[in-house]
Amino acid sequence: MGLLTLIRLRARRRYLLARAWRRGRQLTPVADRTAGLRGQPILLFSTMRNERIRLPYFLTYYRRLGIDHFLIVDNGSDDGTREYLAEQPDVSLWTTQHGYKQSRFGMDWLMHLLRRHGHGRWCLTVDVDEFLVYPFCETRPLRALTDWLDSAETPSFSAMMLDMYPKGAMHDQPYREGQNPFEIAQYFDSGNYVISRNPLYRNLWIQGGPRARLFFTDCPKRAPAMNKTPLVKWHRSYAYVSSTHMLLPRALNLTYDDQGGERPSGVLLHAKFLDTFAAKAAEELARGQHYAESHEYRAYREGIARERDLWCTWSEKYVNWRQLEVLGLMSKGNWA
Amino acid sequence: MTLGVVMLCHAALDRAAQLARHWASHGCPVVIHVDARAPMDQFEGLQSALADLPDIRFSRRSPCEWGTFGIVQATIDASTQMLAQFPQVSHVLLASGSCLPIRPVRALQAHLAQHPDTDFIESVTTADVGWTVGGLDEERFTLRFPFAWKRQRRLFDGYVALQRALRFRRRLPPGLVPHLGSQWWCLTRATLQAILSHPDRPALDRYFRRVWIPDESYFQSLVRQVSTRIESRSLTLSKFDYQGRPHVFYDDHLHLLRQTDAFLARKIWPKADLLYRTFLTLDGDRALAPEPNPGKINRLFAKAVERRVKGRPGLYMQSRFPTRARGGNQAAAPYGVFSGFVELFDDFQPWLARALDARVHGHLFAFDRAEFAGGESVFKGGLSDSPTLRDYNPRSFLTNLIWNTRGETQCFQFGPADEQAIASFMAGDPNAMIFVITGAFAVPLWRSGRSAAEVRAEAARLQKVESDFIALLNRPDARAGIRIWSLAEFVENPAEPLEQLVDLLNPRATHRVTDLPSLTPLQGFGAFLQDLRNQGMAPVLMGDFPADADLAQPHQAPSRPRIVR
Repeated sequence: MGLLTLIRLRARRRYLLARAWRRGRQLTPVADRTAGLRGQPILLFSTMRNERIRLPYFLTYYRRLGIDHFLIVDNGSDDGTREYLAEQPDVSLWTTQHGYKQSRFGMDWLMHLLRRHGHGRWCLTVDVDEFLVYPFCETRPLRALTDWLDSAETPSFSAMMLDMYPKGAMHDQPYREGQNPFEIAQYFDSGNYVISRNPLYRNLWIQGGPRARLFFTDCPKRAPAMNKTPLVKWHRSYAYVSSTHMLLPRALNLTYDDQGGERPSGVLLHAKFLDTFAAKAAEELARGQHYAESHEYRAYREGIARERDLWCTWSEKYVNWRQLEVLGLMSKGNWA
Repeated sequence: MTLGVVMLCHAALDRAAQLARHWASHGCPVVIHVDARAPMDQFEGLQSALADLPDIRFSRRSPCEWGTFGIVQATIDASTQMLAQFPQVSHVLLASGSCLPIRPVRALQAHLAQHPDTDFIESVTTADVGWTVGGLDEERFTLRFPFAWKRQRRLFDGYVALQRALRFRRRLPPGLVPHLGSQWWCLTRATLQAILSHPDRPALDRYFRRVWIPDESYFQSLVRQVSTRIESRSLTLSKFDYQGRPHVFYDDHLHLLRQTDAFLARKIWPKADLLYRTFLTLDGDRALAPEPNPGKINRLFAKAVERRVKGRPGLYMQSRFPTRARGGNQAAAPYGVFSGFVELFDDFQPWLARALDARVHGHLFAFDRAEFAGGESVFKGGLSDSPTLRDYNPRSFLTNLIWNTRGETQCFQFGPADEQAIASFMAGDPNAMIFVITGAFAVPLWRSGRSAAEVRAEAARLQKVESDFIALLNRPDARAGIRIWSLAEFVENPAEPLEQLVDLLNPRATHRVTDLPSLTPLQGFGAFLQDLRNQGMAPVLMGDFPADADLAQPHQAPSRPRIVR
């Protein structure tokens, strides 16, 4: 790893920070309650568009884990998302009509907020359909985890994405507002994840799950990345490179042990595949604002037209985090 | 008998207040030392919260940086104050602001009353400790440590390296034998008094100021000079992880803490409300713990350390991805790889499944699809039979398959007609058992009925691929269990190799296999090989197959079934 690489990565990080600063000016505050934050709050950052129906459960779930404040960018919602969020006492809301894609899929906006409000604090960056599960999450609040990570001087925590899906067609069981989405999307693929190491950023690149199994058999390389590092004790010089898949400086990506041991890790349960998905896919396809020119969405739509059921005989039914740890999808590491 | 408690606090002072009140309400005088680095308003809050309790005093505040003499100084100051201001105190317990009494104070008092002259302090010579981290045990006493490990790591490490290079050694104060042990002790008044009024104290303090982590050695060493009866164990349960950081207890540890034989536990997470609520009630309404079972908690933490250091072999996941040298070329369990068997035995797969009680797949790495057992298109864990998905990362495919099926032995067929990218991984995997009948690939060619001229090119290609595979298996760094027979050698006596492989893969076979798979008749195969030779190819991997093919049909159909065990 030469000096040249280091200079290149540094330049890249500077560029991302500059972008975030520039794109940050696209944000208009709707309800900025960050002035009231005291001490060491745990913050959640998210960007969303037209997710009104998901919000009540999303907020309840993360409040229960111990998120103290939500910092949310609304990207031009017209279904009441903005109004609903603005009313919440623990939400600070910004809005923008600018392009999602031109903002690196919202990351520029979020990085701007992370830099301004996240410095020196534990920050969780998730989508509205991602639900964090970590060791002992039923009995220990998120604060217990961040305290432990602090004492271990570990600034980042990985939680790979796990696609959850229902048995049968997605539109068979409509999602009701406030419902736990995993009452419907109960199943997941437990052991078809492929891993390789990215030598430049040093993160692990994980692909797999039902999407790879069904929609990417002809071009597995383009299957979506499942590795994520959503929980970081932020520093204003940090940058997310691609969604929350990897970070700079790259030491933050070393959330795995390469000497044989296991470090603690969690899982982001991904509640994408509900009846809301078809409409979302159509909308995103029309807007052309999603990742890789909506290749993902196109693949899903075609795939879904052909084969609407992601479930197979070997699908695993979700029970709790201990099950995920036994299956080897996450680990307690030395947190006991 | 009166127990006095010296409490060292630096954070979570609201919990400290709760603890101090608990001790005081059980008749224990308390002297609290608060780290000088804690904010003044918090300190004042603590003082006012405890203002109603006359037996709680505060000692002079001094800074307590981890690993430095400040902690010892604070302990000395507070202990001196304790002995001077509370003449009735007969034992002094050193505790922290996150040490929770997990058994009734009454029980601790009774225990001390039973052992009025015993000092409970872990004190072990440096030669006998296995728990110090960073390789610094004896050197804690023979090098100088003027830098703070937490803030000045580089200076700290650099200065240690420099002293080692210069072979610098400090001289120990006369009469001092270095001992190490848990920071948390309970000493009798006499012993503590003797340490505090030690004639050499100024010199000793000067010496210990440059010892690393003196709070684990100051009292532990000096007590050896003054005490008459030492019980070398701490009354405080305190577990350390592999990097020397204390494990933290949470609400879900409640049932484990109830079963320990220690009187206190640390560290307790400050927000573990249930633990504080449960253990800080007055003794009267506290049920005593059932039978102590301290082994349970030890196992829990030992397992946590093992998981962190060794992990689960053969598991590749987001937080475990070992390099090749550290177990990165290994599947989770033994598995069998069979090359050339299905070509010779028509009913080999069902036979093997019976003999081994294993899952027997077809050619998992076949070009057109992964031939899972039973012809399934998706297998356990959601593995797809798609060849592109498999070949995208064959290593993950195989390690996933073996991980997903823990508890059930997996076997599959492999041959020169298959995708070969996985070969080097298998050769290097100590869990792979690879059985090869070289040259068997020619049998299906021969049975296809096509002429030697037609299959010549194909046979040459397969032979080349198989030779490369054999070369891989013969490399000195191959770690798989490997058996190789030539076709000629194998058909000479097929029963013996078959018995061997059953033994190897299923050493604790519960049921015996009484039959053998039936060997394809090979009359005319020798002539086929000769035809290939005549076409200009050199079939070498089959071994010495006589052109007169009749000889190549060995002791088939024995008069009675052979016993394979």
